[in-house]
Amino acid sequence: MNSQNYKTDEDEVLFRPIYHTGRGFYLIAAVLLLIMLVAGTLYVSQLIYGLGVTGMGEPVTWGFYIIDFIFFIGISHAGTLISAILRLSKAEWRRPITRMAEVITAIVLAIGGLHPIIDLGRPDRILHLVTSGRLQSPLLWDVFSITAYFTASTVYLYLPLIPDIALLRDRGDKHHKLYEFLSWGYNGSPEHKKVLERAINILMVMVIPIAISVHTIISWIFAMTLQPGWHSTIFGPYFVVGAIFSGIAALLIIMIIFRKAYHFENYLRDVHFDYLSTLLLIMSLLWFYFTFAEYLTGFYGHEPQEMRVFFYKIDGRFAPLFWLMVVCNFVIPVILLGFKKLRKIPGILIASFSVILGMWLERLIIVIPSLANPRLSYVRTGVYFPSITEVMLLLFGLAALGFGFMMFSKLFPLISIWEIKEGREESVHNVSQRLKGYFPAPQAMHSMEVEGHHEQ
Amino acid sequence: MARYGMVIDLDRCTGCGACVTACKAENNVAIVSEDDAKMGRTMFWMKMLVGYEGEYPNIKMKFIPRLCFECDKPPCIKVCPVRATYKNEDGLVAQIYPQCIGCRYCMAACPYTVKVFNWYRYVPEKPMSNCINPDVSVRPKGVVEKCTFCIHRLQKAKELAQAEHRKMREGDYVPACMQVCPAKAFYFGDLDNPQNRVTEAMRDVRGFTLLEDLGTDPKVHYLHAK
Repeated sequence: MNSQNYKTDEDEVLFRPIYHTGRGFYLIAAVLLLIMLVAGTLYVSQLIYGLGVTGMGEPVTWGFYIIDFIFFIGISHAGTLISAILRLSKAEWRRPITRMAEVITAIVLAIGGLHPIIDLGRPDRILHLVTSGRLQSPLLWDVFSITAYFTASTVYLYLPLIPDIALLRDRGDKHHKLYEFLSWGYNGSPEHKKVLERAINILMVMVIPIAISVHTIISWIFAMTLQPGWHSTIFGPYFVVGAIFSGIAALLIIMIIFRKAYHFENYLRDVHFDYLSTLLLIMSLLWFYFTFAEYLTGFYGHEPQEMRVFFYKIDGRFAPLFWLMVVCNFVIPVILLGFKKLRKIPGILIASFSVILGMWLERLIIVIPSLANPRLSYVRTGVYFPSITEVMLLLFGLAALGFGFMMFSKLFPLISIWEIKEGREESVHNVSQRLKGYFPAPQAMHSMEVEGHHEQ
Repeated sequence: MARYGMVIDLDRCTGCGACVTACKAENNVAIVSEDDAKMGRTMFWMKMLVGYEGEYPNIKMKFIPRLCFECDKPPCIKVCPVRATYKNEDGLVAQIYPQCIGCRYCMAACPYTVKVFNWYRYVPEKPMSNCINPDVSVRPKGVVEKCTFCIHRLQKAKELAQAEHRKMREGDYVPACMQVCPAKAFYFGDLDNPQNRVTEAMRDVRGFTLLEDLGTDPKVHYLHAK
């Protein structure tokens, strides 16, 4: 494609963010960088003085870092899993969404994966996990599953990116060397396309079990111990549901923000938000079902140590947070998304933010109360209040997510251009063909009729 | 190989706390600031648990000296990702400080909340800096530690017995908490030897262990107060 006619490309608006940068972009990037810088300084002080700079103590030996770890890894399920499931089910409306979802996964996974290391008392000895790791420990399972997921999801982000990189390379305006290297000589020939699609199909099937295993194994860190409130068989699926739930909410927030900032209104249309928010609503109901089942089982059994944790959450020190979580994760989304009138962009945005807050609270409510109320009843109930370092490192994670996303948008298109083009050219035909396949073929009906006639 | 265990007779225990103090001095356990103590960072390898029974005015105080129970099936060892804690040949749950990465998973997994963490580097202040026990290393910052049954004393006793060409005898090796107990509430020794006083005490009808139903098989037993 030469430089004359690309200006008239009908998807030009998708290329625009790469070539044009507004003042707002620099401003926001500077603010995010500042937050990251301050948090980085505080982390250095933690490295020097030890974990004493946090608010952790005994018996609450895990705090914000572990909570944020579960939270960020949870958000990462937005991406790859959603995009893989939508691709697999041939949902045509996925086309403008998958890229953003996959980017969230890659960035958030990198952030979340760092959190256990931040939480270590001796990060300098991290290599002991390699040199003398014990396979019996759920923490080591985590090391494996997260690295597998990170590898799979970055490749899964990269493969569908290749045709778009090739488009950028052909324009030749900016970063030519980089695009030329990354596009691997892709030229869009049917042969290339076939190989690429096969690779995407294989990965898409592989990535689903990996994604599910990741949050299951994170839940097992807790469920494998004997602590009241943690030792539960439901934890694996419960964490996965929560992860997908918060992931969709994060995806919706990012979609709404970048739709506004980069003028993607023509691509991310009402139907996309309608379908995704319906999915969010379903996950909200599913989350409530799991939460209800988990707490009712604990309550009905009425084991004393279990009850100590239960009442600490329901009506003790953590009660305000617990009920705020229920409101954020269930009441607000169900009201805002359950009625068609409220299910508009502002309503969806509020619901998504509320779910993000609610899911973070859920992680907090799972981690802290069980630690604060040890099984041994003679031990006093623990207190935990986060220090400024821990709060800033949470902000660091959020800022890094935003910053990473902004950087990505300056190098690669946030909406998969080739998939949009492909959809425009082929989908209508393919879908109508497929629809015909859903119903009995007229030919067969006719022949049956004839057969019946013959018997008479 | 031996299998060391302990019995604490709560009927004899007066709750004086001599064992707590002796343990701190013997093992160079860090002394933390008041602020840190409020955050739950006090470090005790031996801790006096206090419980109350009955209602006012017929209230009864209950003292339980709690050290590491050296479980035969320890939940803490299972979860360690780097083998920084393991069961040694004498049945003790040992810690390897240079190996620990400080993930604190073992602390979360221990149902007795026995383990403590070095939130800072411990620099002993005067007068404690004058009475550091040379047999026990001060732990670096960022690692988990806990009661070792005074394993350094076992080491010394073993070497002495070897030098004198004899087997270990009962009483060769006792932890510091037991040594100082003025009420003689402790029994300690090899549980595999049926002649030991500790095995005898373990057969007492008053015997119990904490959180028995978890199946951790603690090697520290208690005898109910009469």
